[in-house]
Amino acid sequence: MPPRKTIFQYAYARSRDQDAATPANHPVVISGAGPVGLSLAIDLAQRGIKVVLLDDADRIGEGSRAICFAKKTLEVFARLGCAEPMLDKGVRWSVGRVFRGDGELYSFDLLPEAGHRMPAFINLQQYYVEKHLVDRLEALPLIDLRWRNRVSAIVRYADHTALTVETPDGPYDLATDWLVACDGARSPARAMLGLPFEGEVFEDQFLIADVRMTAAFPTERWFWFDPPFHAGQSALLHKQPDDIWRIDLQLSRDANAEHEQRPEIVTPRIARMLGHSDFDLEWVSIYRFQCRRLARFVHDRVVFAGDAAHQVSPFGARGANSGVQDAQNLGWKLALVLKGEAPAELIATYDHERSEAADDNILNSTRATDFLAPHTSAERLLRDSALDLAPHAAFAQRMVNSGRLSMPTAYAHSPLSTPDGEAWEGGVPPGAPVPDAPLLRDGEPTFLSDALGPDFTLLTWCTLAAKLPPSVTHVRLGAGHLADGDGLFSARFALPPQGAVLIRPDGHVAARAVAFNEAWLHAALARASRGSHG
Amino acid sequence: MDDALVTDSRFADPDAAYRLIVEAHRGLSEAESHALNARLVLILANHVGDMVVLEQALRLAKAGPTLPIPA
Repeated sequence: MPPRKTIFQYAYARSRDQDAATPANHPVVISGAGPVGLSLAIDLAQRGIKVVLLDDADRIGEGSRAICFAKKTLEVFARLGCAEPMLDKGVRWSVGRVFRGDGELYSFDLLPEAGHRMPAFINLQQYYVEKHLVDRLEALPLIDLRWRNRVSAIVRYADHTALTVETPDGPYDLATDWLVACDGARSPARAMLGLPFEGEVFEDQFLIADVRMTAAFPTERWFWFDPPFHAGQSALLHKQPDDIWRIDLQLSRDANAEHEQRPEIVTPRIARMLGHSDFDLEWVSIYRFQCRRLARFVHDRVVFAGDAAHQVSPFGARGANSGVQDAQNLGWKLALVLKGEAPAELIATYDHERSEAADDNILNSTRATDFLAPHTSAERLLRDSALDLAPHAAFAQRMVNSGRLSMPTAYAHSPLSTPDGEAWEGGVPPGAPVPDAPLLRDGEPTFLSDALGPDFTLLTWCTLAAKLPPSVTHVRLGAGHLADGDGLFSARFALPPQGAVLIRPDGHVAARAVAFNEAWLHAALARASRGSHG
Repeated sequence: MDDALVTDSRFADPDAAYRLIVEAHRGLSEAESHALNARLVLILANHVGDMVVLEQALRLAKAGPTLPIPA
């Protein structure tokens, strides 16, 4: 295949640091301007932190990369101030269909309930997501984005990190309190630190193609087991903007990748799938999927995020989505530490919480990949039996796995959570991400996700006599305030009349109380930020 | 047929249950896998302990691959 086409071009510019007599010192350097590095940079800048963002390229290129952006990620992008152009451009979807042979086995709806500001998913080429993030970032003077700046050496110290950066004008040195490596699945930073990336590499190969065509297929995720156009294997079809369609075709283990990528081989294969050859191949690549992770994501003052920290197979849209959620988890913590409002140990909870998420994603991704590509004949027999029974028995349908789509992980064992003091019926437990809910302000519709503060948020029905710390935004529910018109807030939160829910800056529940009191709030805040309050 | 046989999904995490069975087969020869399946059928049949349910389960298992997919 030809090299990746450039979609958006940027320019290298010499920075003052390259002329400094001694290495400049920065609070945060991020390596890698992909969705994760860009999201983190914007989040930190919005929290008042200066960021240097380095990228080895000077362009955003094409390629079959992430396309499915989940509701939680879109909520993060909304807080970063760049969701609207993505929602305008992206293809919204929530229904998936699973076929076997030429019949439909079943369909599913990922967002069956109303009352969320964001759709379950949008499909949008990663290059558009990156473009919108760069557009947003360019309005933030605290971010210094340096194209064609490649990190070539890293030296770890207990309290800082030293870097060498290669540029078209030659190398220069930098020092940083924190280095965040968002440099992708092949992370050079990981290699420079000699850190093993352990896990499972699947033997099966998958051909991933983006084709351009006009077609009237609905905007749904279509997945086939053993389709007539690709016997014995699986296939996936997904719509993207600009009349681009993503196609994944499973290949045999011993398929010759070089051969399979040739247009004269790929084109007839896809023509059989689509029933016509009126399409253009935009991009073709062959992958062996991997589920791997670093044992730890924090090494002194070097933090790994996104694919650099953990890699999953793509069935489930858990790569870019979990990476953006890494950034969301890290941003507020790093900001508190850099402002001296929390001890450096708070960063250890990033490792703890996002490890829980990585393990959850790897587990789901491994289960799905194994279901698509059984290892042995016994496994295939079991898989095919589940497919046989699926149309006739609900239990078997639930076992059919064409990818379990990305949901944010609840941090069930987080040291930042305050355990419930009283028994709760329903609601959102500590560590879990808060769901959205429709609300009314002066009779006008709005959403809970729009009301959350930049730092902590306290939800109550009742008025509070206590004076709250400046880091806490009080959101008062109820008639005359934010009215729960449809009753969905009540149904989702089960908040008692005198109760309170404390939400972290990343939208996970820190603590909840059946009856609000000041001592509870201060203790919960102190716990959630490890000593910065109370 | 009365519906004594439960075909609704009963596991909180069906993927985990499926995975447990898959992992039990890892590293076995084909003959060993068949034997494992057979023993598992007998164990679960006894656990069910109901001839009506067992007969219904057998009927569904036999028909499974040949029944047309409902429209």
